[in-house]
Amino acid sequence: MMAATPAAATPAAATPAAAPPATGAIGVPLARIEAREKVTGAARYAYEHQPDEVAYATAVPATIARGRISALDAAAAMEVPGVLAVLWHATAPRLQPVADGELAVLQSGRVAYRGQFVALVVAETLEAAREAERLVAIGYEPEEHDSLLREDHPGLYAPETVNPSFPAATSDGDVEAGLRAAAVAIDKTYRTPALHNNAMEPHATVALWDGDDLTCWDSNQGAPAHRATLAQVFGLDPARVRVISPHVGGGFGSKGSPRPQLVLAALAARVVARPVKLAVTRRQMWAVTGYRTPTIQRLRLGADAEGRLTAIAHDVVEQTSTVREFAEQTAVATRMMYAAPNRSTSHRLVALDVPTPSWMRAPGECPGMFALESAVDELAIAAGIDPIELRVRNEPEVDPHSGHRFSSRGLIACLREGAERFGWAGRDPAPGVRREGCRLVGTGVAASTYPVYRRGAQAFARAEPGGGFTVGVGAADIGTGARTALTQIAADALGAGVDEVRVELGDSALPRAPVAGGSAGTASWGTAVVKACRALRERLDGEHGGVVPPDGLRADADSEQDVADQEPMARHAFGAQFAEVKVDLDTGETEVSRLLGVFGVGRIVNPRTARSQLVGGMTMGMGMALLEESVLDPQFGDYVNHDLAGYHVACNADVRDIQAHWIDEEDPHLNPMGSKGIGEIGIVGTAAAIANAVHHATGIRVRELPIRLDDLLWAEAADGS
Amino acid sequence: MRPFAYEAAADADGAVAALARGTAAARYLGGGTNLVDLMRLGVEQPELLVDVTRLAHGAIEPLDGGGLRIGAEVRNSDCAADRAVRERFPVLAQALLAGASGQLRNLATTAGNLLQRTRCAYFQDVSKPCNKRAVGSGCPAIEGDHRNLAILGHSEACVATHPSDMAVALAALGARVVVRGPGGERTIAMPGLHRLPGDEPERDTVLEHGDLITAVEVPGLPWATRSRYRKVRDRASFAFAVVSVAAALDVDEAGGTVRDARLALGGVAHVPWRALAAEDALRGAPATRESFEAAAEAELAAAEPLRDNAFKVSLAHNLIVRTLLELAGA
Ligand SMILES: Cc1cc2nc3c(=O)[nH]c(=O)nc-3n(C[C@H](O)[C@H](O)[C@H](O)COP(=O)(O)OP(=O)(O)OC[C@H]3O[C@@H](n4cnc5c(N)ncnc54)[C@H](O)[C@@H]3O)c2cc1C
Repeated sequence: MMAATPAAATPAAATPAAAPPATGAIGVPLARIEAREKVTGAARYAYEHQPDEVAYATAVPATIARGRISALDAAAAMEVPGVLAVLWHATAPRLQPVADGELAVLQSGRVAYRGQFVALVVAETLEAAREAERLVAIGYEPEEHDSLLREDHPGLYAPETVNPSFPAATSDGDVEAGLRAAAVAIDKTYRTPALHNNAMEPHATVALWDGDDLTCWDSNQGAPAHRATLAQVFGLDPARVRVISPHVGGGFGSKGSPRPQLVLAALAARVVARPVKLAVTRRQMWAVTGYRTPTIQRLRLGADAEGRLTAIAHDVVEQTSTVREFAEQTAVATRMMYAAPNRSTSHRLVALDVPTPSWMRAPGECPGMFALESAVDELAIAAGIDPIELRVRNEPEVDPHSGHRFSSRGLIACLREGAERFGWAGRDPAPGVRREGCRLVGTGVAASTYPVYRRGAQAFARAEPGGGFTVGVGAADIGTGARTALTQIAADALGAGVDEVRVELGDSALPRAPVAGGSAGTASWGTAVVKACRALRERLDGEHGGVVPPDGLRADADSEQDVADQEPMARHAFGAQFAEVKVDLDTGETEVSRLLGVFGVGRIVNPRTARSQLVGGMTMGMGMALLEESVLDPQFGDYVNHDLAGYHVACNADVRDIQAHWIDEEDPHLNPMGSKGIGEIGIVGTAAAIANAVHHATGIRVRELPIRLDDLLWAEAADGS
Repeated sequence: MRPFAYEAAADADGAVAALARGTAAARYLGGGTNLVDLMRLGVEQPELLVDVTRLAHGAIEPLDGGGLRIGAEVRNSDCAADRAVRERFPVLAQALLAGASGQLRNLATTAGNLLQRTRCAYFQDVSKPCNKRAVGSGCPAIEGDHRNLAILGHSEACVATHPSDMAVALAALGARVVVRGPGGERTIAMPGLHRLPGDEPERDTVLEHGDLITAVEVPGLPWATRSRYRKVRDRASFAFAVVSVAAALDVDEAGGTVRDARLALGGVAHVPWRALAAEDALRGAPATRESFEAAAEAELAAAEPLRDNAFKVSLAHNLIVRTLLELAGA
């Protein structure tokens, strides 16, 4: 069952030069524009492009976790009929250096983690390539590896910054004194496992050279950025490179930065002088497409007798690889969530012989808020205060960290509305006392948050001589409905109907635009699209009396300056998530019988696609709470459960009653649409809400995700029955 | 992918003969839902596949005494939907429906299901050692990821579990597997089809190369109408068992004593684990929680959990007691 509140179709006020929406296209639950193409199979994904003479590549993963390649014997592989080439660092062409060492493919004999791509086979058919891949004989000089994250690892260090560019540590006031002065305090350590995105469409590239011009059909979250990297790696003028990605089957962050297959496909195509296609296999995704680092988080909270926080300290230990530093910003949300005179946060990393972690839905906020929101629940219990009330009492006036005022802050409204809808009032806080047959029942709440980012973008809008408008922006629709939302935004700005507007995206030949990431896509692309559309409308009406000239009319826009000029403010989305769980007394099985989220995310552009994003995030958060875990085997240094039978994502049967709602939130300080990002906030807080509900049901506090039946088997009803 | 030959056999004798002509790397092909996956992973590298889904083994027929003969090619979904199966052996229908997904059950065959191979992550990864896959290479699961591996009957060579749900129900029901081999036909009583790993973990079953399963006979058991399958898994659907129980209970209503019981466990051993010690303890005992607890303890006394799966012993215990209580109350 799903439900959603209708969006408030109120126009954004106070944005400079904002014309009120003319058509009401924003706020309408328009179905995905390419839905029919997708369900009929007409929409082509990267790997489905089939240029003439295309050859097939497969990548060969390293089978040691650390060491060197001493030799490679390709003789047997080359004898497989149809094999065109076997490439490795001794034979592959040299590439230009790039900041991301994961893209320096086949450039050295060094093995930095198990599963790293160390050779490539190219053949006439996929079958021949795979058979040859098996026959490539690689000699290794293995070295002792170290792949296990521990909080006492001697290699832990403080990075200079955490992603994208926050200070790694902060300190305000005196936390120790604040804790000493507290009437109640908690000091607990929480752990989250390594998690893998597992988009349905694997990372895939079809590369084609025409002289020195390179075209790649690729599955990614931002064609322009991928073009820039390709140009750099191959030392080409970016104008000679084109990346085309009209349809992408999910990314969740894992396609936000180029992955090795992009470079490998282009490299192979150059060597065999034919187009080449290469897809990462599902199993290989556990090594080469990034993942969320495991985290070990110590939370210390102190509060006075009324539940007002005297101190917040959040100290994080997490991992990166030896290839490149990736510093998840796990404690950053803690800096602005709650008011307290004494606050500190820190991050420490250790570079292990593991794949490089990367972006995964709500990087930082997602694991960090599991710990913070579990700890807040523990504090509320220790203080004997309702967890909603405790949060309300610690609502800051301004961002405690930056001192900036909030552009809008809907946390309390979301908590209140959620409590109402969920039926929180009168909840007995005692854990482990509610029985329903053989199951214990409990409820929990947690806060969600995600920053509102916006980046500069370019776009064009063109009035077509034959009628209608074309809008172009180098955006990405990774299944979110971006194409549809941008069509609505453009229609509003043009004063046209949605069926008069065609949006082109997913192509680096279009105006440069940032990746679909940081929940900033709609805000960033939309700002440029609105600007271009308004400029076009102005010229069309002002200079041409509303009549499209015979050659059409085009307006271009760049929002770089508008974004740079925006007033410094604390811009964040907030939400509240409520969970009800039922835990079987005999088996420890946990069912999330209800999951309800209320979000303050500005103006909703399209309630249908927005609800999908929120419900999707919450479902993924449920998976994080109960199911998902990439299991590292220190013997080998890799994630052993590397397929979808071993790594469980939530399935339909796990999702019972899930609801996403939103409050009416008018925020004039954001962008012409008045919208906040909705792609990631849904996964933030879910795991804590469920863990808090599990505690309420059973009396067992699980601080290490996922919560498995192993943890709950010893639950006993507190009433002794 | 490694090249292989494919033949579709027209009848059982033809299939057996075709396989006998092949090398040791020849395999029968059922629905292919396990074999083809393993071929993609390089775990299985057959040179010849003999398709056995077009023999005349696709029917479910009554046997004297209330039993059923289930053809080896009967698809799992058809078997689960069969009226006689549902009425006479609810435990079997429930076990089938608890396994895999609708699409997979539509393809999977009775024989293929019985002979599916372990889901141990090391067995499925050819870049790692595994005694079952590469004889003598070692068992990294003992030190590695074994949360969902065996607690009963494992050896130093192998701690894998058999993943089938259906086989657990068939083991409880004492089904007989009908086998046609180069030497003729024979029947093997479940759970005797599967074997413990010992020092030959590469052998899952007692079958010899070339043996073709043609049917499974479930003998009549009137009180099996009171039977059930209960599977505990990490996800609500589409996940292999952590622990499962197949149980049937015959209670003398007047005296409240157990006349007879059938019990088997899944997810705990290299074989579908028939709980004979528990059955012995139950026979003649009062149908009470205490007896059920004692029976569970009798069976699980032999458990030797690994570092990370001791929870399975408690889980199996609770599940046995719970399932028997439910059957006693039904
Ligand atoms: C994602 C996934 C999830 C799954 N989840 C579950 C689950 O929860 N529970 C569960 O029980 N199962 C589960 N399965 C396994 C599934 O039940 C088996 O793959 C299926 O039953 C195998 O049947 P098949 O006919 O496809 O066998 P095949 O793959 O064709 O064959 C399997 C083996 O049997 C041999 N064989 C086939 N027919 C004969 C014959 N007549 N005589 C002799 N040998 C024969 C083959 O040579 C092969 O070695 C799952 C599978 C997948 C892929």
